Amino acid sequence: MGKTLAEKILSEKSGSDAHAGDIVIAKVDLAFLQDGTGPLALRQLQASELERIATPAKVIIFLDHASPSPSRELANDHILLRDFTRKSGVQLCDVGEGICHQLIAESYANPGEVVIGADSHTVTAGALGAFATGMGSTDVAIAIALGKTWLRVPESFKIVVRGSFKRGVYAKDLALHIIGKIGADGATYRALEFCGENIENMGMSERFTLANMAVEAGAKAGLFSSDETTRRYLESHARSDLFRSIRPDPDAEYEQIIEIDVSSLEPMVSKPHAVDNIAPAKELKGEKIQQVFIGTCTNGRLEDLATAAAILKGRKRHPATRLLIAPASKEVLTQAIGAGYIQTFLEAGGTVLPPGCGPCVGVHQGVLGDGEACLSTANRNFRGRMGNPEAFIYLGSPATAAASAIAGEITDPRELM
Amino acid sequence: MLKGKAFKFGDNISTDDITPGRFFHLRSNLPELAKHLLEDVAPSFTSRVEPGDFIVAGVNFGLGSSREHAAVVIKMAGVAAVLAKSAARIFFRNAINVGLPVLICDTDKISDGDELEVDLAGGMVKNLTSGVVLPLGRFPDVMLRILDEGGLIPYIKKHGDFSLQSR
Ligand code: SF4
Repeated sequence: MGKTLAEKILSEKSGSDAHAGDIVIAKVDLAFLQDGTGPLALRQLQASELERIATPAKVIIFLDHASPSPSRELANDHILLRDFTRKSGVQLCDVGEGICHQLIAESYANPGEVVIGADSHTVTAGALGAFATGMGSTDVAIAIALGKTWLRVPESFKIVVRGSFKRGVYAKDLALHIIGKIGADGATYRALEFCGENIENMGMSERFTLANMAVEAGAKAGLFSSDETTRRYLESHARSDLFRSIRPDPDAEYEQIIEIDVSSLEPMVSKPHAVDNIAPAKELKGEKIQQVFIGTCTNGRLEDLATAAAILKGRKRHPATRLLIAPASKEVLTQAIGAGYIQTFLEAGGTVLPPGCGPCVGVHQGVLGDGEACLSTANRNFRGRMGNPEAFIYLGSPATAAASAIAGEITDPRELM
Repeated sequence: MLKGKAFKFGDNISTDDITPGRFFHLRSNLPELAKHLLEDVAPSFTSRVEPGDFIVAGVNFGLGSSREHAAVVIKMAGVAAVLAKSAARIFFRNAINVGLPVLICDTDKISDGDELEVDLAGGMVKNLTSGVVLPLGRFPDVMLRILDEGGLIPYIKKHGDFSLQSR
């Protein structure tokens, strides 16, 4: 019987003939923590009395969620994490380097690897053909100590995407469309495997967006075959030697096959307070927005900033709408400066935040006021997500975000393109 | 055998509902974080819940972030188990890892305030208020073994490693 991507990777990493439903113990190539989940993981590591680290070079700690720290408590958590990396030899990505998932993509994850992160959006690295999944602090602590973890091999949904996007429509709109279609728990415990001509023609940045949001449908992984696009991405990040071709067998078995033709897809927006609560952007015209946030592991890459800058160029944000931009990494920020995007944002009245999670999870840098609404390019709009349960979060693409910042209300970006 | 009162919640209770992001700075101060458990959804929950009580919810309990603190503070509040129609994957795994049972059953048959008796080994929950008996969904053997030891840390301390063999 042929194998899905998940079955292939987990067979190889467990040294067994693994099929959906099997429980395997898989070798972990890369394990990571961030500043929200790291302190608990280190306490658990200590409690386990396994005072060892299996492969320190492939363990990384990121200070990205509260970055720079907004409080004494979090600054102390940062000290704990930094001290640990110094003593253990584990790698540290300190304040200002960027969001863990973006840095994992730029520098660490490779096709065919198993990546375990103490953050739900670890799935992002699936775009590179890695089996990447989020777990909690204890699971990752044990994976760090033992260099392996137990996994149930997931059933897979094959998502076949055909057609090309119309102007103003992006992978983010497709992600919201898919989640709206299958629901926020429609793929719980499953892997989503993306394929089809649209996916083959899609650049890495948009693949990361799709893989990133797999978890919003409950999925354990969002997987892509590795191809020429993957190879070029690795090459541009100085690790072409780690490219390998990985794709599912033609006779692999899928629990479901979902076919989507994107030719008629429109810019989509997710409404408060659930990601699967979606509507076309144009139907929400008139919804006033007090803050627009462009960034996050979903849409804070150079291509996203380029899309937003093209719309904002020579225009100004609406006077009643704050515009926040947080590049996903230092590399993204540097390139955005070089390309003139940052200048464009500043001239449009935007506030540029340091590389990192920014206001995404309600810690700092743009907490919303009571009754305020934000149009964000993030992946989640749960009540209270951005720090205030009395606020409202809409999710959309960078183009929809830029257009909405100019109009001061939710706007279909095609009106301004 | 676990016995306690049901506190009923709806569908899609997220980790932002359980441990809101605005209390991010309290993650290394779990007793303080625990005071805010579910406060945006049920403001008086922590003052009413008693050791041994149950959280009873609809579908997709615990969706969202990987913050294990969500499962930890539920346990710290004295909650004996979470009963739900379904649970999000990471939350489910975290809960087992910290020794908090998450039991899948038809929670439509349970109302707020009902007295419940959970028989983990027998795989059923009896609603003492209504008399209805509900079967519990099975979970993988490896999870049962972790739960039996009280969580992943005690499990690893005892066995030193994962093992796929049965007891
Ligand atoms: S950007 Fe948002 S979703 Fe992504 S890792 Fe940071 S907090 Fe999580």
